[in-house]
Amino acid sequence: MKRRKIFIATLLFFVVAAGIIYAADHIDAPSVTNKPTDITDVYVFRAENPDNMVFVANTQGLLTPDATADAKFDENTMIEFNIDNNGDNVEDLVIQCIAKNGKMKVYGPAAPKITGTTSYLNINKLSVQTDITSYGQAPQIGIGDNGVKVFAGPRDDPFFFDLTRFKQIIAGQATSFNNPGHDTFAGTNVMGLVVEVPKSLLNSTGTINVWAETKTATGSTAVN
Amino acid sequence: MKKIFQYSYLASLLVLAACQKNIKNDDAASLAGGVPPQAEVYAQGDQMARPAINTVFVGSSRKDEFNTTTPSAMSAAFRTDFINKLTSFGYTTNILGLDKNTFASVLVTDVLNASTTGVTSFYNGTQVLTGRALADDVIDVELTLIFGGATGASNPGLTSDHVNGNDKPFLTSFPYMASPH
Repeated sequence: MKRRKIFIATLLFFVVAAGIIYAADHIDAPSVTNKPTDITDVYVFRAENPDNMVFVANTQGLLTPDATADAKFDENTMIEFNIDNNGDNVEDLVIQCIAKNGKMKVYGPAAPKITGTTSYLNINKLSVQTDITSYGQAPQIGIGDNGVKVFAGPRDDPFFFDLTRFKQIIAGQATSFNNPGHDTFAGTNVMGLVVEVPKSLLNSTGTINVWAETKTATGSTAVN
Repeated sequence: MKKIFQYSYLASLLVLAACQKNIKNDDAASLAGGVPPQAEVYAQGDQMARPAINTVFVGSSRKDEFNTTTPSAMSAAFRTDFINKLTSFGYTTNILGLDKNTFASVLVTDVLNASTTGVTSFYNGTQVLTGRALADDVIDVELTLIFGGATGASNPGLTSDHVNGNDKPFLTSFPYMASPH
């Protein structure tokens, strides 16, 4: 009976694992794998100053230390935080971040010109910009007149997970995790983007729904 | 009729784009470091909110589609897939007391809920989905919600990877994430 239970549990885990190569969202789908548009993780939390919220979107996961110095933000790829204020899961505000000539520029939070899977840049809503921090350099932090802060550059990947053991379970070589486990993401880096925003700029009544998107300039000026 | 609407929409967008070009020229000199291509359409490549939702619940043939489906359209397009996936896991309920269809509905709209008034945590026993802090053990939370059953105690070998924290300490101050290796 016990053996059967373990077998079923293993089977279930195999099924859940079938789609997972790199959690959390590292390399999650074919068209973004190994591209600067691949978002690894999103974090939203109360800042050190409780009047502020922090938005983090990491890209380009599993960078080895040797590869980190050469990693760059793509100047044609916008990293966009979408914020829904009224529970309809349609963005009411966007924070648009895009690299240009070694700087990370942050536009908004501001109402989007259009909602959905395409965007225009809110060019009149520049809040702050800062030099992109290079590998080994102390963090270069920009602070705008409206209180929006930005950091962009390589950081330790904050995600932790025993992926190696997980793969063994998938392969049927193990039926449970080790205790203690081993963090497969230890020693790897991501391209980090951190934006801290005064809550007063979020028009929130208590709860926001947030998602991050990478969007690439198409060269077109019209929506299909 | 629909076509006319589309053309007028297109025309208005072109006007919009033209306006933006003027803005660009006006602002170009005043912005240090140059101006990104703002008159263009930016098309979506990837999208993410909660950790591992696409990787776990969406079949490989639809992963790119999920990444380019706006959250308000996810439920209509993917809810059946999520219910089927939970069925294949043998899911019945979890510590939040969510039955299969309800849990699928919660999961399928991939947005991260965050409190702007209180403590922000993915799950800490008190707060449920009020944000995601860097130190939150989101994998254990998701494994427990999927495999742990009504008490969280089912399948104990599969509800935690026993990696409970990051390999480098986080910073208490901006930018919060640890320096690179």
